[in-house]
Amino acid sequence: MLSVERIHSYYGKAHILNDLSFEVRRGEVVALLGRNGAGKSTTMKSVMQLVRPKQGQVVFQGENLIGQPAFRVAKDGIGYVPEDRRIFTDLTVIENLEVGRQPRRQDAPHWTVEQLFEIFPNLSERRANRGKHMSGGEQQMLTIARTLMGNPSLLLLDEPSEGIAPVIVEQMAATILKLKAEGLTVMISEQNLHFARAVADRAIIIEGGEKKFDGSFKELEAHPEIRDAYLSV
Amino acid sequence: MAFLFAQFLTGLANAAALFLVASGLSLIFGVTRIVNFAHGSFYMLGAFIGIYLMEILPGAVGFWGAILLTGIAVGLIGAFVEMVVLRPIYRAPELFQLVATFGVILVIQDLALMIWGAEDRLGPRAPGLRGVWRIFGEPVPKYDIILIAITPFILFALWYLITKTRLGVLVRAATQDREMVGALGVNQAWLFTGVFALGSALAGWGGALQLPKGGADLLMDFNIIGAVFVVVVIGGMGSLPGAFIASVLISVLNVFGVTYLPQSTLVLMFVVMAVVLIIRPYGLLGREEVAGEHGQVGAPETPIRPYGPMGQALIAALLLGLALLPLFVDQFMLILTIDMVIFALFAASLHFILGSGGLVSFGHAAFFGGGAYAAALLVFHTDTPMELAFLFAPLAAGLLALGIGWFCIRLTGVYFAMLTLAFSQLVWSLAFQWRAVTRGDDGLVNIWPSEWLSGTETYYYFALILGVGGILFLRHVIHSPFGYALRAGRDSPRQAEATGIDVKRVQFVAFALAGAMAGLAGGIFVFAKGSVFPTELEIAKSFDALIVVFLGGVKTLAGGVVGAGFMTVVEDWLTRLEYWRLLLGLVIIAVVIVMPEGIVGTLRTLWRRIRNTDEETV
Repeated sequence: MLSVERIHSYYGKAHILNDLSFEVRRGEVVALLGRNGAGKSTTMKSVMQLVRPKQGQVVFQGENLIGQPAFRVAKDGIGYVPEDRRIFTDLTVIENLEVGRQPRRQDAPHWTVEQLFEIFPNLSERRANRGKHMSGGEQQMLTIARTLMGNPSLLLLDEPSEGIAPVIVEQMAATILKLKAEGLTVMISEQNLHFARAVADRAIIIEGGEKKFDGSFKELEAHPEIRDAYLSV
Repeated sequence: MAFLFAQFLTGLANAAALFLVASGLSLIFGVTRIVNFAHGSFYMLGAFIGIYLMEILPGAVGFWGAILLTGIAVGLIGAFVEMVVLRPIYRAPELFQLVATFGVILVIQDLALMIWGAEDRLGPRAPGLRGVWRIFGEPVPKYDIILIAITPFILFALWYLITKTRLGVLVRAATQDREMVGALGVNQAWLFTGVFALGSALAGWGGALQLPKGGADLLMDFNIIGAVFVVVVIGGMGSLPGAFIASVLISVLNVFGVTYLPQSTLVLMFVVMAVVLIIRPYGLLGREEVAGEHGQVGAPETPIRPYGPMGQALIAALLLGLALLPLFVDQFMLILTIDMVIFALFAASLHFILGSGGLVSFGHAAFFGGGAYAAALLVFHTDTPMELAFLFAPLAAGLLALGIGWFCIRLTGVYFAMLTLAFSQLVWSLAFQWRAVTRGDDGLVNIWPSEWLSGTETYYYFALILGVGGILFLRHVIHSPFGYALRAGRDSPRQAEATGIDVKRVQFVAFALAGAMAGLAGGIFVFAKGSVFPTELEIAKSFDALIVVFLGGVKTLAGGVVGAGFMTVVEDWLTRLEYWRLLLGLVIIAVVIVMPEGIVGTLRTLWRRIRNTDEETV
């Protein structure tokens, strides 16, 4: 579904992603693992074209995304949930969802506001509240719901468990599995191996912008030295 | 009592057009973060197009239909301007966008002159609403009552659009985080164009609606922009209810001002604004601007270094050339060069506060004209010797800058820019309306230098020494510890404060210094010309300096000086043509889009590129 081929991305002169390639197949949940600064967020942004790779290709459903504006990428069916959430704090929950609304897509699950409120009951209670009056966990739910309003076929979740209470993290894991059951393809970036293993089918480990591992969690368990070298446990 | 009430109604009626224009400006600013100086031009276009349409469409239906169509037409013009001029430069620094919109003003001014001629037009009366109604025995024009009745609907319609529709939700979301809106699948480019078109349409409607009360003339654009800025600043940038309250406040105040204090109508508005901003720095309903909130962090500044031997040799050669100039050229060239030196110092002083201080002042003419007026007033009223009066120019301008700076320095970004603009308008209106002292637009004449300085050649050297001295002094300050502190405050105010720099005080002192230097330029100016008029205090004068700094290049030290030289020559050449504004406007827009680093910056980049390719081939 998504194929990233040998991309190089930069922030100014800093070389962040170095010849990175990977694939995401339809229907799977892939975890992108790595330490702080390994390049996880940059990878997601490079797919979204919020960071523009200087070399390489990002092919989504047969179409090269390189050079497209971000809104085009979103319209093509990639939903992006940024790490720092970036909800619209002056807008209410309902209004935040409205910003994300896009027409339904044939190859992707379709979401209505009411369906999303079933998945995220907390949001339903706070539908008329402004974003700035919500807790971190609620804001995280809101960003995911907002992105789902675009009916994406691929969801990019950047560190969804970061800075959230453990109870909510568990809810989050259940939610991601529910989304997978609905037929959504998901790529999450994570530092939390435990959380990643609970939701993902496959792990990709990066370090210093290079891919170090790509395989199942079983394989990863068979090589504890990889885990020790590239993940902070 | 009845009379007061009638006056109040007139004020309310006047508020309608003002509110329409101000809400358009506020809306555009909220989403695009562009302070659209050309907004007054759209208002003017609305008036002219409105008259044209009212003439061809008959009757009451024609009248109201014409108003409706005018807004749509101006909206389309706005969309065109946004796509051609602004779209390429959204990622550029604020100043570029401002300068570009200023270019648009010039182009529209001359196009309007070409199409509709220089004559003022009287607006047609609204059919069926020609007479007056008596309210408590006082006559109130029927059209005023209609305007008062319409205004709440306009406010309601705008409020509905912004709070209840998808477009409104997207607009508010984009005001906060445009990139995220894009990542959610919204085409920002069209959202921006749509908002710009809507804002322009509102200005156009304002221009058309006021026709039966006023008319159309070529000065409308600048005349309204001051009031609109005051309204938007008092109400709070981006707040529609704020713009409404402020429009009513300013309009009512104006009506009473005309009746009771006819000498001070212009001043009154700015006094009210100053009072409001002292109490509420971000306007009545405004929200504090958080630096960097909108995420447009530009490339880091390249540190400015003192010139190397090459640069010093170049400057020495230039100075030598200037010193020997009288041997080679005629009197006209000398006078032109004096103009250039004056302009260079004026621009360098703005460049100092803008480039090194990061404070975009829109009212720098207040100090240039202020210095000129200070010296001229002394000579005119008390026959002060020229030498003493001349010294007074930078002193008075510096003091004026201390006074204005005290209000302005607390604010940042757009609020700072607006407030400096408003204060400069205040100074201008003093010079314009306080006829007993300043003789208004008759100006102060016969302000000549002393005997020993009176020859063109002698005065040339006088101007050269002081002008170049002032510029070198400013350069020296930039490379002193004070200059480092100033630049630190520009690049990272918090970091600077954490290292023990009192950022606001450093900026305050720098602002006063820049004012004094502009005053020095004004002093040289007034004795070179022998007269001074309120035009030296106009918005256009402040903009000249901004454009020059921009043309030269904000991030280069020589920028102001090079830009001033360029501008003086180009203006001298262009003003001989009939439609020079059009050409100048187009040149400005082209430079903004093609050479965003300014003349000096572009030359430097070219030079580096040439050198690099040399190295590569070797």
